[in-house]
Amino acid sequence: MTMTHSETKSARLSGTRIGYRFNIVGMVGLSIILFWALVAIFAPLIIPYPVGEIADLDYFGPMSPDFWLGSDYLGRDMLSRILMGARYTVGISLAAVTIACFSGVVLGMIAAVAGGWLDTLLSRFLDALNSIPSKLFGLVVVAAVGSSIPVLILTLSVIYIPGAYRFARALAVNINAMDFITVARIRGESTLYLIRSEILPNIVGPVLADLGIRFVFIVLLLSGLSFLGLGVQPPFADWGALVRENIGGLPFGAAAVMAPSFAIASLTISVNLLIDNLPRKIRDRSE
Amino acid sequence: MNNRVLSLVLSRLLIALITLVIVSFAVFFATTLLPGDTASILLGQAATPEAVEGLRKAMHLDEPAIFRFLRWIVGLMQGDLGTSYANEMPVADLIGGRFVNTLQLAGVTALFSVPIALTLGITSAMLRGSLYDRIVTVLTIGVISVPEFMIATSAVLIFAVYLKWLPALSFANEVTSLADLLRIYAMPVITLTFVISAQMIRMTRAAVIETLNTPYVEMALLKGASRPRMVFRHALPNALGPIVNAVALSLSYLLGGVIIVETIFNYPGIAKLMVDAVSTRDLPLIQSCAMIFCLGYLLLITTADIIAILSNPRLR
Amino acid sequence: MGNLVEIRDLKVEATTDSGRRVEIINGVSFDIAEGEIVALIGESGSGKTTIALTLMGYARPGCRISGGSVSVAGKDMMTLSEKQRARVRGTEVTYVPQSAAAAFNPAATIMDQVIEVTRIHGLMAADEARSRAVDLFRALSLPEPETIGSRYPHQVSGGQLQRLSAAMALIGDPNLVIFDEPTTALDVTTQIEVLRAFKSVMKKGGIAGVYVSHDLAVVAQIADRIIVLKGGEVQEVGTTEEILSNAKHPYTRELLSAFEPKPREAADTAETAPAPLLKIENLVAGYGPSQTDGLPLVRAVEDVSLNVEKGRNLGIIGESGCGKSTLARAIAGILPAAVGKIVFDGRELGRSARERTRDQLREMQIVFQYADTALNPAKSVEDILARPLTFYHGMNAKARNARIDELLDMVRLPRNLRHRRPGELSGGQKQRVNFARALAADPKLILCDEITSALDTVVAAAVIELLKELQRELGLSYIFISHDLSVVEAICDEIVVMYGGKKVEDITRAKVKTPHHPYSKLLFSSVPKLDPTWLDGLEQDPELVRAYCRR
Repeated sequence: MTMTHSETKSARLSGTRIGYRFNIVGMVGLSIILFWALVAIFAPLIIPYPVGEIADLDYFGPMSPDFWLGSDYLGRDMLSRILMGARYTVGISLAAVTIACFSGVVLGMIAAVAGGWLDTLLSRFLDALNSIPSKLFGLVVVAAVGSSIPVLILTLSVIYIPGAYRFARALAVNINAMDFITVARIRGESTLYLIRSEILPNIVGPVLADLGIRFVFIVLLLSGLSFLGLGVQPPFADWGALVRENIGGLPFGAAAVMAPSFAIASLTISVNLLIDNLPRKIRDRSE
Repeated sequence: MNNRVLSLVLSRLLIALITLVIVSFAVFFATTLLPGDTASILLGQAATPEAVEGLRKAMHLDEPAIFRFLRWIVGLMQGDLGTSYANEMPVADLIGGRFVNTLQLAGVTALFSVPIALTLGITSAMLRGSLYDRIVTVLTIGVISVPEFMIATSAVLIFAVYLKWLPALSFANEVTSLADLLRIYAMPVITLTFVISAQMIRMTRAAVIETLNTPYVEMALLKGASRPRMVFRHALPNALGPIVNAVALSLSYLLGGVIIVETIFNYPGIAKLMVDAVSTRDLPLIQSCAMIFCLGYLLLITTADIIAILSNPRLR
Repeated sequence: MGNLVEIRDLKVEATTDSGRRVEIINGVSFDIAEGEIVALIGESGSGKTTIALTLMGYARPGCRISGGSVSVAGKDMMTLSEKQRARVRGTEVTYVPQSAAAAFNPAATIMDQVIEVTRIHGLMAADEARSRAVDLFRALSLPEPETIGSRYPHQVSGGQLQRLSAAMALIGDPNLVIFDEPTTALDVTTQIEVLRAFKSVMKKGGIAGVYVSHDLAVVAQIADRIIVLKGGEVQEVGTTEEILSNAKHPYTRELLSAFEPKPREAADTAETAPAPLLKIENLVAGYGPSQTDGLPLVRAVEDVSLNVEKGRNLGIIGESGCGKSTLARAIAGILPAAVGKIVFDGRELGRSARERTRDQLREMQIVFQYADTALNPAKSVEDILARPLTFYHGMNAKARNARIDELLDMVRLPRNLRHRRPGELSGGQKQRVNFARALAADPKLILCDEITSALDTVVAAAVIELLKELQRELGLSYIFISHDLSVVEAICDEIVVMYGGKKVEDITRAKVKTPHHPYSKLLFSSVPKLDPTWLDGLEQDPELVRAYCRR
């Protein structure tokens, strides 16, 4: 038979080399993220001064061996406040992004697979929700119900559900148009099976990257709200609130104003760097 | 063919209208249906139950929500934005001048940022992979990853504290000369330009790169076309839709940025008014401001979509 | 300096995902004389397009010309500066792309793009260029040559665009034209007209050409010489005559034999009386909202009836848009038919797959054209095959394992492939897995929708052989849908010809050489033959051509 000759040959040749490529920029991003995650968990154990204690005689004190990042408008240690602030910024954002992406992705996949009126209705409604600028939505909710941590988490997640939904739906619609979904459908599979076993494994990568980007947005929005005095309320303070507290030090160029900003930037830039340089699985067919 | 364009445009407008209804619904109910009784808050803790009841009646708070919503919508359409709870002035009067201030700020920012961003976005796409492109990319990622207030505070530190070129605060009502005008607008405009340009550069670059990768641009190369010709004759006309979309989306981002910027620079615009209204729980004022912002956003997005439809050669 | 083109020891490198450099062209050398048309033939990945593009001094992004020399009309393309190369492109060497539809800028008129070459290189005044273009349109027998240029690319058909792209390549008066599979995306009846137009223009102008293709029969009509490529190396070079009649290299012979698959031995009709398996009556299916009469807005299949008997195969043949795939989807219940009866194994089936029982679904399986999208890229071969076993047969892990091995044996795949994902398989292997999944259901009927169309000729022939073998072993029936007559002929007992959503003729195997319906005649006569004189000798009734071709 003339047939299998060329095919088996190519099968033998296409020995696949599977490996991971992870570049240095991505590594740096990941380490900074891990650093802040550890800080958020262990903050109470590592802070040099209690957060509420007025430790410095001076207010807006400069950076010094005793106060690595200076002191704030009351003379409290800035480093301790930033380390504790990590808990609120990272914790609230993480909770919100998890809720937002989970609900968005589940709804998105259901809409894509079900199609028809359910899809139209969900898409129309969430698109409308999306056309309320995010800061504005935060303002309106805070005006109506006040600001507590659970409310903040819920508000932030509601704001980002439409985006996560849209993203997941677009991916799922593409997958749904593939023939292997048609094959599974006419095998008689249920919608649940289609979503869980056929669609989800194919979108999980991009969805995780999207989660990272959305996490950045949420950190920025939370900081923005706190900066406006509508986010985390005293006596607690996240990084945005720390900037607000100390904005009076701006004309003196006090460390207390810029230090929390740099903390935010280090976290968000790291996440972006990590996403742009994710470890890539390489299937290198040696032909 | 033109019928198809018309029907597409009309359906886009219809969608915008439906969205507007849903949004106004959401804004209204978010502000009035959530817990917290407006009447008792307004009258304070010392108020008698009778007084609260009276006020509720006077403000139609005892009616079903849907009636209040309709009453509100009808009022909006007739130009009646309601009365401020805080100082009992008509909301329209409170908003009027400040709305113009915000528009001025947004307009000046757009005037600067759109040309800058498009130039940077298109050139970095043309020189993809070069040092210039990498610098632009890193800078835009940096700016996007940073909160607006950080850019604003950095601008103050650099220009006002260290260089002492500009005042830290804006007061739009003290303008007496062109120099004043420049000095007053400079800081907010610089901040906002940074914030929205970064977005625009990234999206423009992506859109142009996508069209540069198409077979018809490769074909132009194989016809012996120069690089500028490939970009300006073949890539750009086809990237127009996505680019307009990028501009509109970034400009809509102004709406969010302006809230921070007006607060930090004490600029008497509508966003600052709204933030103040939130702290006094002045619901009619918040609702009206929110609707103005949403309307602005919808207007931008719808315009962009319609331009994209009109510029699509396949619909000609 | 006798030859127009001299390629010596050409090497091209590509960079892989991991940044490794791989040579995809390993030391290729050949010449092209003035006015000679040379064909580069080979399967996908053989490097034929890459070599052709080096003639313009161009390598696609990710590739790099790493060695050797390419001289065209005395200029070495490798040593020229980018500016000098741009001067050669469009004037001395020009390119006709595989997909003209993608290679035309959607935002500019056709005329602007055709005469762009003259504008870029300042060859002539715009008016002169335009009248020259109209002459070319006429020479390429395009309809309405005076006005077709003012249209946009999306307003003309694929066959016309392909010829317009040739006009674009010819307007700069080149010495050498590169044709990159220019007729592959076209229907056979359209292909003839385009080939004829290319051939006459090239011969008249005495222009040299490089014709890249995977189709020996097409190449035989137009090329003076054929170069057979595989894995980035030249396997054999010869005149068209030599290659077709006296091929030396085993790979060339493989290509030639794949071209005409052995016909299936006719089923023994004498022994068993034909028992009906599937009966379709007056089926109507289509897309868009239902009209008042209950029919869909766009009817892709109109009033089709057909029969399939047990152990026999039915071929459905037609050109793109004739409704053959829609028919398959309606039979499988993916796109519920609007009208009509589907009787399978003695019982009437629901029109939609949802109304069918699990057993009914199991007994009729469908295999799609593109194994790439038909197999879930996130699952291993094992998981893909295991699911129908669990779902239909409720097998436990042990039984499943054994059955998966059996299935892989059946489709002639090594057992150790089971842990791989589809992305790590070759095209032919993927299609075999795709087929094995259908077998896993133990079906009585398999609908094969263009399953060999995306495969290289040799691989496709092997898949057809496999299908025949499995039929003998398992007593299956196939409905075989294809645009390729030779494939259908090789495997089917009966052939249905479709045109414009209707069945135009039912042909039994014995009568395949003598169809009755005019469209069938046109279609069958349009299939290129491995005979260099076929195109020149072909006579088709112009009335028929006008009636049935969307050129």
